[in-house]
Amino acid sequence: MSQPLLKVVNLRKWFPLRRSISDTLLRKPRAYIKAVDGISFEIMPGEIFTLAGESGCGKTTTGRLTLKLEEPDSGQIVFEGRDISKAQGDELKEFRKKAQIIFQDPYESLNPLMKVVDIVTEPLVIHALLDGREEKIEAASKALEMVALTPPENFLYRFPHELSGGQRQRVAIARTLVLKPQYIVADEPVSMLDVSIRASILKLLLEIREKFGVAYLFITHDLALAKHISDRIAIMYLGKIVEMGDSEKVLTDPAHPYTKALIAALPSPDPHEKIGELPIIGEVVSAANPPPGCRFHPRCPYAMEKCRVIEPPLIKLRENHVAACHIL
Amino acid sequence: MTRASALFARLLKIYNHITQPLVDFQGIHVLLEVKNLKVYYDVDKGSVRAVDGVSFSLGSGETLGVVGESGCGKSSLAGALLRILPSNARVEGDTVLFDGIDLLKLPEERMRREVRWKRIAMVFQGSMNALNPIIRVGDQIAEAILLHENGVSKKEALERAVELLEMVGLDRSTVRRYPFELSGGQRQRALIAMALALNPKLLIADEPTTALDVIVQAQLLKLLKGLQNKLKLSILFISHDVAVIASISDWVAVMYAGKIVEMGKAGDILLEPTHPYTQALVNAVPSIKETRKTFKFIAGQPPDLLDPPPGCRFHPRCPYANEKCRSEEPLHIEIGKEHYVACHLAGDRE
Repeated sequence: MSQPLLKVVNLRKWFPLRRSISDTLLRKPRAYIKAVDGISFEIMPGEIFTLAGESGCGKTTTGRLTLKLEEPDSGQIVFEGRDISKAQGDELKEFRKKAQIIFQDPYESLNPLMKVVDIVTEPLVIHALLDGREEKIEAASKALEMVALTPPENFLYRFPHELSGGQRQRVAIARTLVLKPQYIVADEPVSMLDVSIRASILKLLLEIREKFGVAYLFITHDLALAKHISDRIAIMYLGKIVEMGDSEKVLTDPAHPYTKALIAALPSPDPHEKIGELPIIGEVVSAANPPPGCRFHPRCPYAMEKCRVIEPPLIKLRENHVAACHIL
Repeated sequence: MTRASALFARLLKIYNHITQPLVDFQGIHVLLEVKNLKVYYDVDKGSVRAVDGVSFSLGSGETLGVVGESGCGKSSLAGALLRILPSNARVEGDTVLFDGIDLLKLPEERMRREVRWKRIAMVFQGSMNALNPIIRVGDQIAEAILLHENGVSKKEALERAVELLEMVGLDRSTVRRYPFELSGGQRQRALIAMALALNPKLLIADEPTTALDVIVQAQLLKLLKGLQNKLKLSILFISHDVAVIASISDWVAVMYAGKIVEMGKAGDILLEPTHPYTQALVNAVPSIKETRKTFKFIAGQPPDLLDPPPGCRFHPRCPYANEKCRSEEPLHIEIGKEHYVACHLAGDRE
């Protein structure tokens, strides 16, 4: 077995909440949003690893932490065998050449005042890897060809507002590719796009993986999509991973009640299959004050006394499939 | 037979004919019948033909799902029915017959007093924007009741608000809460309660679950289905999400570039789509039940509705397009029982 490209151990990030004056005077302890609360996973080179869960479960924060766009409170991030959790300066810059991100909204993530050629080559400029205008145009053209914006001359001198949503997302992908990264965080890269466009972007991401051996941390709320694109998946709930493993196994034979509920809630494209009984109740509670024991217990139909007190660890169910639940 | 009884029989026949509600051949009362509806937006460069000759009907207690991608005209269609479009919109067409009234000819004053909210209500996407953030939920519902019904006291209206909130599965204490105190799902439930405050016959739901998480979405879809059965509501459900449409609709209309390209029973449209666009749209949706497949997509972009292509509007993206498709606009043909498709090749393409 080869070495993992990225290894995250017990990662934690709490965001402090603002205290009111009365709370400060009463010396009440500061409250935190426990966005990511002790998670560990590994991503192998060339692997597509999906983080899935509902809004507010901490999946985006995790993605940003692995890129050091947020500073973790504690825990380790090991990239290519080197601990980068404390990396700064040159070491961090070196790491960022190899790790990139694609954001959800291509309408927000591209500078509206820059032309495509400058957007795409900006990472090269930042890392001082360009020498002259011609080299810049050449690099941009090559990147645009990789994302099938051809012929590149038609796109180089356009502004983002002249492009459609799908084309913008391609530009955003081209921008990540110029540094030839090994690791890309794709944060809901297609959820703003129409279905007919969506598939072409996913196909492009898969082609890039084939060609360059890039590993993705794919963040999505869409489990059906996750099943079709990812090798392994982790389901997050309130800052914790509740189930993780081979995506085919996890999504066809889920073990955790939360994963089961997420799958049961998915509407089916077949009109004869109506939405079945939903085993769980209520909505996600705030991550500021997660319940003790298993965080899912207030919504879980199988919750027992133990679940209210003791937090379940991730246990191995079979090869490449773990879940954190006392009933397993 | 005497002349008197013959005359009586004739009069009776005429009377029955006048009083008989519009009934289609299945015996379901037709609540809404739209014929050749057009919505054009006048802009500097010309007019954007957002909805361009759309016809459909919707029976009592049934759900019609309108599915299509951004910019296909589905929201303009909803706006046109309620006449709540921006001022540069022109609504034209033959008829929009709602419960016997032609909404296109109804004066605005009567539309406001008698139709909007009272008989046709609407639930939008983005529940935070649709509720007033500084007014308690109960007061907002009560306001709707007080505005439309004479002789109702504030107290009665608030009592009705509590009943409505309980009907949509919210606690009665919600009546005293502000919108920001509710979660996304609760707010959307409150909006549904508000929409149903005056017992409408038709509910237009425009992407009502789009911003919500799957579990909340599933709960809301079930709620809507339950309310529909209980209140005999008709629902016009608009969404870009084929799977959501599949889970709630009896009938489905697929829109592309301002036109309905295929329409029929949900099962016929989504399981045996005939129009190349519907086929591509359905194929592009990944299902969790299937094993991995290659992603199918539609090459190209939807057309600019300022200057839509001649002939079939889908022809530039259609893999089967021929000369006829480029020049002649396809009309709706019935290829199966109540299954309509606008494609020149329907029937003779495998």
